[in-house]
Amino acid sequence: MSASHAPAASATAGSAPTSYFIPEPSSWPVKGSIALFCMAIGAATWFNDLPPGPWLVAFGFAMLAYVLYGWFGTVVGESEAGKYNSQVDVSFRWSMSWFIFSEVMFFAAFFGALFYARQLSVPWLGDLEHKLLWPDFGGQWPSAGPQASEKFTTMGPFPIPALNTALLLMSGVTLTIAHHALKDNNRGRLKLFMALTIALGVLFLGFQAYEYSHAYSELNLKLTSGIYGSTFFLLTGFHGFHVTVGATMLIVILARCMKGHFTPDHHFAFEAVAWYWHFVDVVWLGLFFVVYMF
Amino acid sequence: MSAVLPAHGHADDHGHGHDDHHHGPPPGLMRWVKTTNHKDIGTLYLWFSFVMFLSGGVLALTIRAELFQPGLQIVNPEFFNQLTTMHGVMMVFGAIMPAFVGFANWMIPMQIGAPDMAFARMNNWSFWLLIPAAGLLVISFFVPGGATAAGWTLYAPLSTQMGMGMDLAIFALHIMGASSIMGSINIVTTILNMRAPGMTLMKMPMFCWTWLITAYLLIAVMPVLAGAITMVLTDRHFGTSFFNAAGGGDPVMYQHIFWFFGHPEVYIMILPAFGIISHVVPAFARKPLFGYSSMVYATSSIAILSFIVWAHHMFTTGIPAAGQLFFMYATMLIAIPTGVKVFNWIATMWKGSMTFETPMLFATGFIFVFTMGGFTGLILAVTPIDIQLQDTYYVVAHFHYVLVAGSLFAMFSGVYFWLPKWTGHMYDEGLGKLHFWTSVIFFNITFFPMHFLGLAGMPRRIPDYATQFSDFNAIASVGAFGFGLSQLIFLAAVLKCIKGGAKAGDNPWEGAQGLEWTLSSPAPYHSFETPPVVK
Amino acid sequence: MFAANHVKNAVVSGVATLTALLVAPLAWAGNMQGGPAVNQLNLHEPATKIATDIYNLHTGMLIVCTLIFIAVFGAMFYSIYAHRKSKGHVAEQFHESIAVEIAWTVVPTIIVILMAAFATKSVLAMKDTSNADITIKATGYQWKWGYDYLKGEGEGISFYSNLSTPKDQIDGSAPKGENYMLEVDNEVVVPVNKKVRVVLTAQDVIHAWMIPSFGVKQDAIPGFIRDTHFKAEKIGKFRGQCAELCGKEHGFMPIVVNVVSDADYTKWVDAEKKKMAAKQDDPNKQWSVDELKARGEKVYAANCVACHQATGKGVPPAFPPLEGAKIVNGPKDNQVAILLNGRQGSAMASFKQLSDVELAAVITYTRSSWGNKGEAPTVADVKAARAWDAAKLTTLAAKQ
Ligand code: HEA
Ligand code: HEA
Ligand code: HEC
Ligand code: CUA
Ligand SMILES: [Cu+2]
Repeated sequence: MSASHAPAASATAGSAPTSYFIPEPSSWPVKGSIALFCMAIGAATWFNDLPPGPWLVAFGFAMLAYVLYGWFGTVVGESEAGKYNSQVDVSFRWSMSWFIFSEVMFFAAFFGALFYARQLSVPWLGDLEHKLLWPDFGGQWPSAGPQASEKFTTMGPFPIPALNTALLLMSGVTLTIAHHALKDNNRGRLKLFMALTIALGVLFLGFQAYEYSHAYSELNLKLTSGIYGSTFFLLTGFHGFHVTVGATMLIVILARCMKGHFTPDHHFAFEAVAWYWHFVDVVWLGLFFVVYMF
Repeated sequence: MSAVLPAHGHADDHGHGHDDHHHGPPPGLMRWVKTTNHKDIGTLYLWFSFVMFLSGGVLALTIRAELFQPGLQIVNPEFFNQLTTMHGVMMVFGAIMPAFVGFANWMIPMQIGAPDMAFARMNNWSFWLLIPAAGLLVISFFVPGGATAAGWTLYAPLSTQMGMGMDLAIFALHIMGASSIMGSINIVTTILNMRAPGMTLMKMPMFCWTWLITAYLLIAVMPVLAGAITMVLTDRHFGTSFFNAAGGGDPVMYQHIFWFFGHPEVYIMILPAFGIISHVVPAFARKPLFGYSSMVYATSSIAILSFIVWAHHMFTTGIPAAGQLFFMYATMLIAIPTGVKVFNWIATMWKGSMTFETPMLFATGFIFVFTMGGFTGLILAVTPIDIQLQDTYYVVAHFHYVLVAGSLFAMFSGVYFWLPKWTGHMYDEGLGKLHFWTSVIFFNITFFPMHFLGLAGMPRRIPDYATQFSDFNAIASVGAFGFGLSQLIFLAAVLKCIKGGAKAGDNPWEGAQGLEWTLSSPAPYHSFETPPVVK
Repeated sequence: MFAANHVKNAVVSGVATLTALLVAPLAWAGNMQGGPAVNQLNLHEPATKIATDIYNLHTGMLIVCTLIFIAVFGAMFYSIYAHRKSKGHVAEQFHESIAVEIAWTVVPTIIVILMAAFATKSVLAMKDTSNADITIKATGYQWKWGYDYLKGEGEGISFYSNLSTPKDQIDGSAPKGENYMLEVDNEVVVPVNKKVRVVLTAQDVIHAWMIPSFGVKQDAIPGFIRDTHFKAEKIGKFRGQCAELCGKEHGFMPIVVNVVSDADYTKWVDAEKKKMAAKQDDPNKQWSVDELKARGEKVYAANCVACHQATGKGVPPAFPPLEGAKIVNGPKDNQVAILLNGRQGSAMASFKQLSDVELAAVITYTRSSWGNKGEAPTVADVKAARAWDAAKLTTLAAKQ
């Protein structure tokens, strides 16, 4: 559900709510729909070994990227042209908050699955009643289930996940420093700390990629490692995907900073991305505790 | 053609020097494809959902034709399950939900005194996402293995067995979910941020209130559905074991996640209906809505309770007794706020000065028949009784009473109520009344006998049944065709009204209140270019 | 709902007569024993204490709801009658009354609490599966039921139960019998007045075991154990159906429980045990390929046709064809392994419940039919594979 539809924009300086803004007719949405349609058909055929499969996915994805680029470009243009007043600014704030709420609920589904498996279904499978079906299963977590044929080792909290936690926390700090720099109109510091934030995010992703390869090659921990592997990889994977999206957005914001966009008072796009980044941070903390630590 | 309209408190300051020729839409098909106008988008939503209703209805009629007699006559069992599944999916996600979004698009800006929705361009995307989603569903009938046949609930692990049709359905639901979330964010933002000066939340029209809460529910639960079907997808293709006991997962976990979405979903399909009824009843009773604030609180209570009742769909899965009891109690509590709504409507009628034009007929029909569905819901909420009735036609009867005579009738009521505002013409009262009477009568002929079938133990989702069930099935099938034909009257009434008819005044209803009635009929392209001041 | 009931009943019977004329060729079956009655309007006649409780609970709820319904809609219709404009009624403008609003919140709350209180007792009673006289395991398969008598008299009995309604009745070329759709080849037999615990699980997808007369419905969940219980107080046959969508033949997996006297039950158990002994293959018999093939055709018809079809063409893509399949024409061990273990995550379940002879037979049959030319396994091959599998699993389990 991470369609990047949350519009980002900043309001022009000092505009009072004197007018409504209504965008002109646009063909971006339909193009976006065509892109998603191609991706869906492509993925469905791909998963079932039919043509055109991955090619159509690639095409749809490219088109989606083009649409997002163009669409956000339009929004940025409108924003810089001063068409957004303070009412629009408030609308953006509401919408970004609700969008993040929807993301929270998306992760809640997977956290819920983890909770359910650990606290309920795995112990049930190991209880006395279920000896009838799974005589040798003890029901302890971590588990790949009663019919697991291969052993695996779980991913502990140290050193990489702990390091990653530190990286993300730090990136939250650098981002806040950048924000203050923006408010103080210290553009040099702003750019420096934005770049630092992005670097930390990318570093995080690098470590995570390493961690995955470590899991596959040395721990024998795979997506197919029963319920442990399923929840581990989907939770951390969706989180990683969100970090990727967040880092991309940060890069866009940095580019806009370089171009001289944003003013000390009006820079909602910056704030929206910052909110998103902090949200991704918080999700990681949750992951760190329930997936890695306990 | 960007339009910058004057706003808040600057009514006489016509300082919008940019372009003044923004009043008409761009011509041709592109008007609809590229539109950023809430009324155009509302119209698109409403027509889309009507087409989906007819398609879902044709599937339902095929089901009813097969069930007209025992034995297999028309379709094979596999295709029958596809029909049932796609009927449910199309009606829920294609017909009812988008139709309410259509109403929201048309009415919310007009009711709160705004020129348009907060995000007019994203609004267009919310609609245009539905087309590829519907396309995927239609295509799924023609891929190897056919459409998904796991029921609209897509229970795992049956859904992990299906062919490619299942993947298409999953992607369709993902896209529709994205559409719903965007639409809801738009609606919430519009309501919270675009109200005319002076319109406090507690002065807001009930329809806006119900939609505010509905949108909140949608934003909260659509992502959960997305999560559930994503897990099905990875179980199907990437070897995960979320719903596979051999790998430590649990098929029942799917049901928990699905119904955490699913139960709020059914209130998503009824709360806006409550909103519409709360406008129609006062208008035709010529009396203010009784108990406005308790209506607001009742709606909120229903929404909050809806998050803690989901396992009443799972009483037969063998959840522990404590769980059964908790979910039974919580479910039964919902009868209280819903009762408050019913009582308020009747108190609004009480000592009014009532007339019964078509909207009021449908509203009255709604209250009467929906409440029957509510009572059967309450009976199902009682765990031991539910264990007898779960997955029988009693459940089918229950939810068609609340969905067809509930959601659908409320929408008919709303369409007739606001058609004059939308088109500038009065609809044909004769056709409207005919539509109402044929609909209620055939509706009950179709679905009332299903209570008996369910009590007698006929399971749902079966293509063939014991001969003892024959008569009631035959009656239901006859009723279904009658009900289906009645909907053609509706189509005729709407088309006739769009084409022409008596001119409608700004407020064609003596008792109707609200900002939308201060606009001309048909409503201007940009609803309120000058925000009205609400006292 | 009663008021409405009467009106509706009138309409219903009117339409019923009409349609009766329309559908004259339809077979007019009589009532069936233990199944639904013709045009039955209410729950089944209860055959257990719990079903009786449910029946009464439902009646009580229906009465309360009907009374509320009459009161509420009495008020509405009175208002519709009296307060209409055409009668010259002028609208009053009141729109609030704290007192009535509190009243109509509190009164329903009390009613609801009372309803819940009555129901709670039954919930707990239904959950109490302790102290059973007989325990039967019911396993849902796509699309039949398997039963194993686990404890109590009859322990060790085990059989499958399939729909026995002939195809020609279903497709309409023969008149439908009175137990149409609700009859099986092997019924579950239980003694009267004994507490029977039913332990449920499933092989492939979720099924549900339902007998309305007993007030029993319980999902059977693959990989999990669920249980329910009943104590039938009447002798006779009781019928139900699978009540959870389980794929294409969901409508065709009925359940029949035959409740008999203690003496008859003992007789049945003896007969069943003898039958099983007779069925048991002589362990020393040497099976020729042709014998295996003939036997295999029967096993195939009983276990495999539903998915892979009699033609061996399957129903792609859900169920793959065996005609020309690589596995069926390749090394025999692979196919033995599939049959023993199933394919994880697919409908292809393990068939290890079949005997070595049956497995060897059905594999031989599939490898020599529809143009397939695979080497046939011997009974010993299957036996060896099974033993090896068990050994492997035990060591693996020990490692974990
Ligand atoms: C618009 C949709 C809608 C609505 C509003 C409702 C409303 C309710 N539903 Fe329904 N329901 C569905 C749609 C809906 N439902 C669907 C689609 C399914 C099936 C899904 C599937 O399996 O495919 C379903 C299934 C379903 C089940 C599961 C059945 C089963 O599968 O075994 C249950 C069980 O508790 C239930 C209960 C209720 C209750 C208690 C209400 C309550 O909200 C009703 C409250 C209303 C009233 C009670 C009437 C008015 C009140 C008064 C006049 C006050 C006085 C009354 C008293 C004090 C008694 N519903
Ligand atoms: C959300 C709303 C909704 C609506 C409006 C309807 C409308 C109808 N439903 Fe539906 N139904 C569901 C939601 C809905 N349903 C759901 C969620 C399920 C569960 C699915 C599942 O089990 O997974 C279900 C299941 C369901 C079943 C059970 C199937 C089964 O268990 O196997 C049946 C059976 O009779 C049925 C019948 C009908 C009928 C006759 C209508 C009628 O009201 C339809 C009327 C409309 C038309 C007929 C179309 C308009 C007319 C024309 C196009 C003109 C041509 C007409 C003629 C020639 C006569 N429905
Ligand atoms: C409930 C449906 C079902 C039943 C009953 C069933 N099968 Fe299957 N069978 C399947 C499915 C589905 C597959 C495909 C599994 C996969 O590869 O994902 C399969 C695969 C197979 C294969 C491997 C085919 C290949 O090309 O990979 C063989 C051999 C086979 N089944 C034999 C049998 C035999 C013999 C029986 C009866 C004893 C039987 N099956 C009963 C559903 C069934
Ligand atoms: Cu087995 Cu339905
Ligand atoms: Cu519910």
